[in-house]
Amino acid sequence: MDNLFILLLFPVLGALVLAFVAHAKTAKWLALLMSLISLGLTIPFLVNFVPDASMQFEQRFAWIPSLGIHFHVGIDGISLPLVLLTNGLIPLIVLSAFSYDYKGGFYALVLFMQAGLLLVFTALDAFAFYVGWEVALIPIYFICALWGGENRIRVNLKFFIYTFLGSLLMLVAIIYLHLQVPSDDYELTSFYQLTLDSSTQRWIFWAFFIAFAIKMPIFPFHTWQPDTYTEAPTAGTMLLAGIMLKMGVYGVIRWLIPVAPLGFAAYGQLALILCVIGVVYASIIAFKQHDVKRLVAYSSIAHVGLIGAGIFAWNVQSMQGAIIQMVNHGISVVGLFFVLDIVSRRLGTREMSAMGGIAKPAPSLALVFLVIVMGAVGLPLTNGFIGEFLLLLGVYEYGLWYAVFAGLTLILGAVYMLRMYQKVMLGDMNARTSSFADIKGSEWVVLAVVVVLVIGIGIYPKPLLDISEAAVTDLIDKVGPIER
Amino acid sequence: MSAIITLSLLAILVLYLGLFNAKKALLPISLLGLGATLVLYLIEWGKDAEPLYSGMVLFDHFAVAFSVLCVFVTVLIFLLSKDYFDKASTHVAEYYALIMFSLTGALLVVSFHNLAMLFIGIEIMSVALYILAGIRKRDFASNEAALKYFLMGAFSTGFLLFGIALLYGASGSFDLAEIKNYVVNNPQTVSPLFYAGILLLIVGLAFKVGAAPFHFWTPDVYDGAPILITTFMSTVVKAAAFAGFLRLFYFCFVPLQDFWMPVLLVMTIITLFVGNITAIVQQSFKRMLAYSSISHAGYMLFAIIAIGPASAGSVLVYAGAYSLASVVAFGSLIVVKRATGSDHFEAFNGLAKKNPYLSLALTVAMLSLAGIPLTAGFIGKFMMFSGVLADYQVLLVVLAAINAAMGIFYYFRVIVAMYFKPIDRDQIVLTGQYKTVLLLAVLITLALGVYPACVAGLV
Repeated sequence: MDNLFILLLFPVLGALVLAFVAHAKTAKWLALLMSLISLGLTIPFLVNFVPDASMQFEQRFAWIPSLGIHFHVGIDGISLPLVLLTNGLIPLIVLSAFSYDYKGGFYALVLFMQAGLLLVFTALDAFAFYVGWEVALIPIYFICALWGGENRIRVNLKFFIYTFLGSLLMLVAIIYLHLQVPSDDYELTSFYQLTLDSSTQRWIFWAFFIAFAIKMPIFPFHTWQPDTYTEAPTAGTMLLAGIMLKMGVYGVIRWLIPVAPLGFAAYGQLALILCVIGVVYASIIAFKQHDVKRLVAYSSIAHVGLIGAGIFAWNVQSMQGAIIQMVNHGISVVGLFFVLDIVSRRLGTREMSAMGGIAKPAPSLALVFLVIVMGAVGLPLTNGFIGEFLLLLGVYEYGLWYAVFAGLTLILGAVYMLRMYQKVMLGDMNARTSSFADIKGSEWVVLAVVVVLVIGIGIYPKPLLDISEAAVTDLIDKVGPIER
Repeated sequence: MSAIITLSLLAILVLYLGLFNAKKALLPISLLGLGATLVLYLIEWGKDAEPLYSGMVLFDHFAVAFSVLCVFVTVLIFLLSKDYFDKASTHVAEYYALIMFSLTGALLVVSFHNLAMLFIGIEIMSVALYILAGIRKRDFASNEAALKYFLMGAFSTGFLLFGIALLYGASGSFDLAEIKNYVVNNPQTVSPLFYAGILLLIVGLAFKVGAAPFHFWTPDVYDGAPILITTFMSTVVKAAAFAGFLRLFYFCFVPLQDFWMPVLLVMTIITLFVGNITAIVQQSFKRMLAYSSISHAGYMLFAIIAIGPASAGSVLVYAGAYSLASVVAFGSLIVVKRATGSDHFEAFNGLAKKNPYLSLALTVAMLSLAGIPLTAGFIGKFMMFSGVLADYQVLLVVLAAINAAMGIFYYFRVIVAMYFKPIDRDQIVLTGQYKTVLLLAVLITLALGVYPACVAGLV
């Protein structure tokens, strides 16, 4: 049952079926079933996975033979955590949308996006990677623009054009690399074997970097992000923050640095500095936010900045930290946005000043929220801790001052997160919050899963780290020493 | 050749049918005839092609593939025409006959092997179009379109003819093989007349494909002509003109690439920017499509800049993708305009609620025009970009990428209008033919986008 092609195809089929379901209730249960089957299909991969550096479950078909394009997919220790993350979060995201009466079209788009994401995380052919990259973009555009807030049209067009321009530049680089490949294909391994001169690698670096930096987003390519996150429906925000931004991070690990190591040697430091600036900058802005959703959007820039810094530091610790932190950030951010969605839906506002004292009428929600916030802040024994620890350790190895500034994320993160917690949950109740209903039904399921994962990974992260260790070490060896 | 003869006879037959008022029989007979033409072409495929009639035409794979594309798109347009022409004019038979005459010209343009044939083909194609553009006698815009098209077209044909004459003067022949021999045998001593001839030919052909700076007729003519005629112009005529352009340059002028390539490079860049920037500010969907057709001409010019064995395949895929998407776009415009009386973007507001399938089809068409993966348009762009990058024109491709991103602005406007601007409106009822055409075009667009292997290596 560990057929990767079926894993990729199933969400597409699910989407095709769901597209024709007009009845809201049927649609959501069917979507949940489909996403759970997807998750179930992932289990054999986890069980049969051998934690070494090899590429596993590979599948390769000719796609467009005359152009040397193959549909080539496979999983290694770097992609497996992200495949797990994608297939694990989609059921939660579907479940979190249960309170809304979305029709089949909505869930069809979610599943279609899932297929695109999975293709990105497993593609071993640059063309397939690019197709997945764009295929993930179209559904999220429609999700955000159809079910989003007031400014959704303008904001999402900006988002779309921004990311589309970035990916077109990447396409230029991909085609250029392909033309240098002697065996006339788009294989990842062929790209790795290229030995291009330094000046070529430099522009290749930028072409890829801009595409990935926009997606993540890294400062100063982040301007689309807060608006888009805020205007998107909660499920859309979860998809964007929980999974989609990992496409950019994954792209840097898999494509950018190994394909253009000389470009990385030249500009890696600059990229790292941009990431660190993003950490500090976003944290400060997050502190000034009144809108809870916007606050978490900025916190996401800060977190992904730290992940990016870890990758550009390019050593085993920081990379391991980056990979586990990608998973953790996905879990935490889904939890955060879901709690905030519950709160703002019941109160009818996202303004922090209108909240307060929710802990009293809704103690379970307060407790769950506390755990999730702690996870996001990176308290020991929660999932965020191990990731941030490894990341900072790796960045410290790269340079002390980078670690100092990147480490501000811990302090600043604690400040704005706890401030938010305090303003939302603690303090005096007002007229609106006094009759706040505690979590119930499907909300419980989502939050329970998130909390279990937050604490579970916090206490025993080793299995997750073991998956990626060999692959990461091997990749760093393959690229070889970087002369900075 | 039998295909072209069949088609010409068919057009005359249809004229006579009009004379005897057999209106009901027009469409079935036309479709039947076009079907026969298609079959005759398909039989031609795979045979060893020899120039026919003392080297006038050559039905090689290139010619057959483009001919099939042109005839197929014409079939789609005829299917859309069911009740369109009846409402537009009383001279229904003329519509069908003229389109078929024009198609005959287009088929000659894609299969010429002699410059005289190229000229005759372009004239047959264009003269019919001059009439078609102005066929709404009492409509001011239609008259304007026809006059503009005729004056500018006649002028550009002059350039074309002058260019052909100069080539003849230098090489002593109209035959493509002879001209090629002349270029190959005298690489250093090609006469200046020949160079001047190439430049004049570029002017004439750029006019026909609507490339800047010879594009000024396009928006007014596309806007003023009846929608179905615009569809025909922007699909069949454009594809044929590009095929002719490519055929001539690939056959004869490859050794002189260093001379004409920079000229086309500059024209391509201007075309891309002019088309895209002006398309952004349009309020009318129809006019937007006119400008977008200019920008697509820019992308298709890539194939001529990176001239080589792969060019024909790229133009075929690109022209096919563009034609299919255009048929869907213009087809949707016809029904929307009939329902609302307007061809502005606002006319599409809230369409998705009442006509989800129509909106979906139009969305796919727009995504294809914008070049999003899993649609045919992406494969076309991808092949174009690959070809030009193989020539190390990185800067051109980066500029093209910026233009492709600009395209999102205006292609998504109609998507935004359909899906995100809900208003109350009546459902548009589609006839069976419309459904067939839209479904067929969308399915082929997606099939080409997902699995293009079937066509990409054809030519």
